[in-house]
This record gives sequence, C-alpha cells and structure tokens, in this order.
Amino acid sequence: MARILVKTAERQIPGPARGIRSPWPGRRNRMALQLGWTARKLGRLGIVLVAVSVLTFGMLNGLPGDVAYVVGGVETTPENIARIRQDLGLDHSPVIRYLMWAGDALSGDLGHSYLTGEPVMASILARLPVTLELLVISQILALCMAIPTGVVCACRCNSAADRLINGIGFATLSIPSFIMALLAIYLFSIRLHWLPATGYMPLSAGLWKNLRAFVLPGFSIALIEWVVLMRVLRSDMITTLQQDYILMARAKGLPPWKVILHHAFRPSSFTLLTIIGLQIGRHLGETVIVETLFALPGIGRMLLKAIYNRDYLMVQGGILLITFGYVTINATIDIAYAIIDPRIRWRGANVR
Amino acid sequence: MSADATARGLGPGFWLPAAWIVIVLAAATTAGGLPIANPDRIHWEAMAAPPGTAANNVDSTESGGDHSSPGTFWLGTDAMGRDILSRLVYGARVSLAVGLVAPLIGIFAGGFLGCIAGYYRGHIESIVVALMDIVLAFPGLILLLAISFYVGANLTTLILSLGLLTIPAFCRVARGHTLVLAEQAFIDAARLAGAGDMAILFREIIPNIIIPMAVYGLMVAAFLIMAEGALSFLGLSVPAPTPSWGAMIAEGKEFLEATPHISLIPAGLMFVTVVSFNLAGDSIRSVVERRESQL
Repeated sequence: MARILVKTAERQIPGPARGIRSPWPGRRNRMALQLGWTARKLGRLGIVLVAVSVLTFGMLNGLPGDVAYVVGGVETTPENIARIRQDLGLDHSPVIRYLMWAGDALSGDLGHSYLTGEPVMASILARLPVTLELLVISQILALCMAIPTGVVCACRCNSAADRLINGIGFATLSIPSFIMALLAIYLFSIRLHWLPATGYMPLSAGLWKNLRAFVLPGFSIALIEWVVLMRVLRSDMITTLQQDYILMARAKGLPPWKVILHHAFRPSSFTLLTIIGLQIGRHLGETVIVETLFALPGIGRMLLKAIYNRDYLMVQGGILLITFGYVTINATIDIAYAIIDPRIRWRGANVR
Repeated sequence: MSADATARGLGPGFWLPAAWIVIVLAAATTAGGLPIANPDRIHWEAMAAPPGTAANNVDSTESGGDHSSPGTFWLGTDAMGRDILSRLVYGARVSLAVGLVAPLIGIFAGGFLGCIAGYYRGHIESIVVALMDIVLAFPGLILLLAISFYVGANLTTLILSLGLLTIPAFCRVARGHTLVLAEQAFIDAARLAGAGDMAILFREIIPNIIIPMAVYGLMVAAFLIMAEGALSFLGLSVPAPTPSWGAMIAEGKEFLEATPHISLIPAGLMFVTVVSFNLAGDSIRSVVERRESQL
C-alpha cells in the first residue's frame, strides 16, 4: 500500500529524481568501478535484511503473551509449559534466540510453525505461486488497459481524451482495493453471473479453470494498477515524442501508427517494464485483501491466518521472505539499469 | 487535473472538495447533537431496510422513551437493523481522526529528517536514507495487521502505526525540496549575512517547504483513510461496536446480492471523501506550481 505514497512522493520531487531508485548516496565517486558499486548495493541489501529481521524479531518478542501458552492451550500444567518452552528454545535469552534463528535462516531454514510443525519456508514457498500468478495476471491486465490509454494520452496530450482518461485515473486512485474488489464481485459475479466470486482451482484442475479463478481478483487489482502504469507511459512517451528522430521518422513520411508504435513506444516502454517489476515486488505482502475476498490460498492470506493464530515464527519468516523478495527485485533492477546505462554508475545519488 | 482553473486562485476544484470535507468533519464532531438515531440501536422491525424507509415509531415509545429514533431511515438500515446514516456519521470520526492526525506524525518526523538530510548531505543523509529504506522495505500492510492484532486495535495505536509508515514518504518529499532549495542564491545570501545552519534551516528552508508538505499531507490523508478502511474491512481497526466505514462495508458484503446498499453506501461515501482530499491537494498543488513557474 505504501506504493501509492512512494509513487506520489516521487512525482512531487522537483528535478530528475523520479524513475530510478537512488543508489547508496555516498560521496560521488566518479571513478567507481562497477564491481565496487555492485558490492555496495549488495551490502546495503544485507543491511536492510538484517535490520528488518532484527526489528521483526524484537517486535514479535516484545509482545505480551507467551507462545508456550498458545501451544499448550489454556488449561495446561506448569510442567507442561516448562517442557514446551524448552522444546521451542524459549528459555534462552532473546539475543541468543535471534542469533540461532538468523543462523538457521542463512542456511534457508526459517524454523517450524509453533502450531502445525510445518517448516515455515516450505509452507511459504507452497503459497508463493498463487500470489505470483495473481500479481502477474493483474499486471498483464493492467498493461492491457495502460498501453492504449497511455499512448492515446501521450499522442493527444492535453486533448479532451487525455483529460478524460486522466480524470478517470485520478478518480480510480481514490478507490481502495477492497472496494474495487467488492465492486468487481457485485458487477461481474452477482449481477452479470459471468465469473465465480470465489473458488480457487489449482493448475492441476486444468489451465482454463485455474485462470478463471484468477480473472476477477486479477481484474480488481489491475483496475487500480493501470493508472500508475498509464501515467508512467504517458510522461515517458511525451518526452520521446519530442526527440529529433521522431521528427526524422515523420519527415521520412512513415505512417503515424508506425512512428508511434515502432519509434516512440519501444524506447518509452523501458521505465514501464521496470515499474511492473517493482510493483510485483512491492505487492508481495499486500494482496492480503484480494486473497481474502476471493479465497485464494496465497501468501497474504496465510500470513493473516498466522497473525490471528499467533504463529510467530510463520509471521517472522513471512515478513523476512517478502522483504527479501522486495529488496532483491529492487537491487536487480538497479544493477540491470547500471549495466545498461553506465551514466547511473558515474553519477551518485539522485541523478537520473 | 485542473489545468484550466483560474490562474489567480483556487477554483471550484478546491472549494467543492474542501466544503465536503468540512461538512463530514462537522457532522463527525457534532454527531452527538445531530437528530440521528443511536448508531448501535437495533431496529428489529427494520432489518436491512432500503434507503428512505419510514421508521415505525411505535416501537421506540415501547422501548422506554428513546427519543433518538428517526422518522425515516434516509440511507436504510444494515443487516442488524442499525441506521446506516447514523453509523456513517459516527464512523467518520475514526476515518477523519486517522486521516487528519496520522499525517502530522509523518510531516513532523519525516519533514525534520528530510530537511536535515537534504541540508547537511554527507553521512547524515546516508544514514537517514538507509533508515528510510529499512522502513520502506517492511511489508507495510502485514506490519499494520500484526500491530493492530497484537497490540490491540484502538485509535491511538492505529494513528501511531499508520503515522510511522508515512514518515519515509514525507522524508523523501522534504529532502527533495531541501536539496533544490539549498542550492538557491538566497541561501547563500543568508549565509553571507551571517546566519547559522539552524537559522537557515528554520527561517529559509522550512517556510519554503511547508506548503508542498501540506499539499502532500492531503494526499497522504486520502491514502490513510483508504488504509484504515482496509484494516477495518479485515476487522483489525477499532473494535467491533464502534462504527467505521471499512467495517460497515465488510458487514454488508455477505448481503451484496439482496441488499447491496449496506456495502455500497459506505463505499461511495469513502470514495467521495478520499477523492475530496486528493482533489483539494491536487488543486492547491497546481496553483502553487503555476505561481512558481510565473516567478
């Protein structure tokens, strides 16, 4: 959800800071080698992960209530509690427990759920495909809406169509995702009877049945998401259309659609693709609402259940994995940008 | 949005949304004195009544002189027979408290950090940006869910935790503006006139970023009203008997087929309010931008 905040924050900053997430803002080192730059990025990634894990651990540990009682039930004996505490390693100090947990986490073991005994990593990885499929489908649907509208807006900048589309987009961003999902259910499922509101089907039940279950949830995310993509495409394409080679292409007598699609759209879609990558990373933990409404067994819903059940290790592992995914996608995109466009490496923070 | 608004001042694009916000705010603060039903009173004779249903006043005299029974349920009643209009008015308290108070935390904390980072640069900036990256990397919604479930959902924790999550965004805005301002000639002039760092920050920089921060604050307010709605939709905002818009929408979602108004009326109200905050912010921003470009 913070995505909208950050998006608008980026829009507000004057100057060219928008578009690329700022690299580590150290002294400007014009001679920095790519290796050093990448190493710094990875170091920062590590710091963020450690900080997030420490904070999560500290927060969950500082909570009132004892996990041993959650596991043992309400009417359990003190001996039983002591045994459970020993089994779960709760009798160590928090620092030792954190180090033990972090050590295991480094080797890919996030511990076992206090309640079901399932390994945390495996249960998250089992739900990940559902969430990822939801996100990918929603981004594809969003693209289908964003590309035509964005292109029209850029080509007919400040026309009535441009204003209408931007106005609709502006209003759309004021609809929270749970209301959008509810409206989608009301319209397509209850009024029109086109699609089922709930009922997840695994891929093994057939591709069509599986996709059908994702259409409505994907749509309700896409109906909000397309605005962000449309705005990015619009502003990039307006810039591209002012380039000399577009004038050149037009002067050569190429048909307008060819100039727009071939010469203008392709170079403008670069940021668009980046944003999609970022959005998928950012939304990993934020599909809870859509997953809950449409009863999709994804990560968000699992974490919500874990929170309700006080399954601390599951919550902790989930937050760590989602953060890991988010930070990794960000870093990958930063590094990919730097490889493609060396200017980013030479200039320090905040410069495009 | 309003590119053709009057060049001099704020057009209807600002005053209409502002008026709506004031109306909602006034209704929410004076809810106790308004001629509306008790939001928790269950009208057994009018369960899930459609908007405009006349209330049966006979019942209210029987139940011991309850004077707050309305003549008509203007917006209908929910599935438990409670007056929707009255619940909306009381629910606005939660939404507006969150939307108006939580951004202040972000404005002060984030604004302070952003100014310091943008003015001093160097190590301070590195540390602040790294801190903000850490907060940003947290899956915000999960964090909110965990806080409100474990710490107990009340208005204070809600405002504090939502406010905390807005700090990075405000910090970015403040830092971005400070970076630009710090290179302007009038800062050099102030320094030559003998002003210290603190004097420059407080007299030259902060007055210049207050308006952009406030404009951004309106948009954050819109965002936070949606976030609070999402939390209460999941049942993790203020506890149950207290009405809140998100919870009302959630309560109605089981009855979407037969009585859609239970969900759709609060949803519409939330949309109008959120749009109002966004529109108000956007039109102030375009006026400010136009003035700056005229300078």
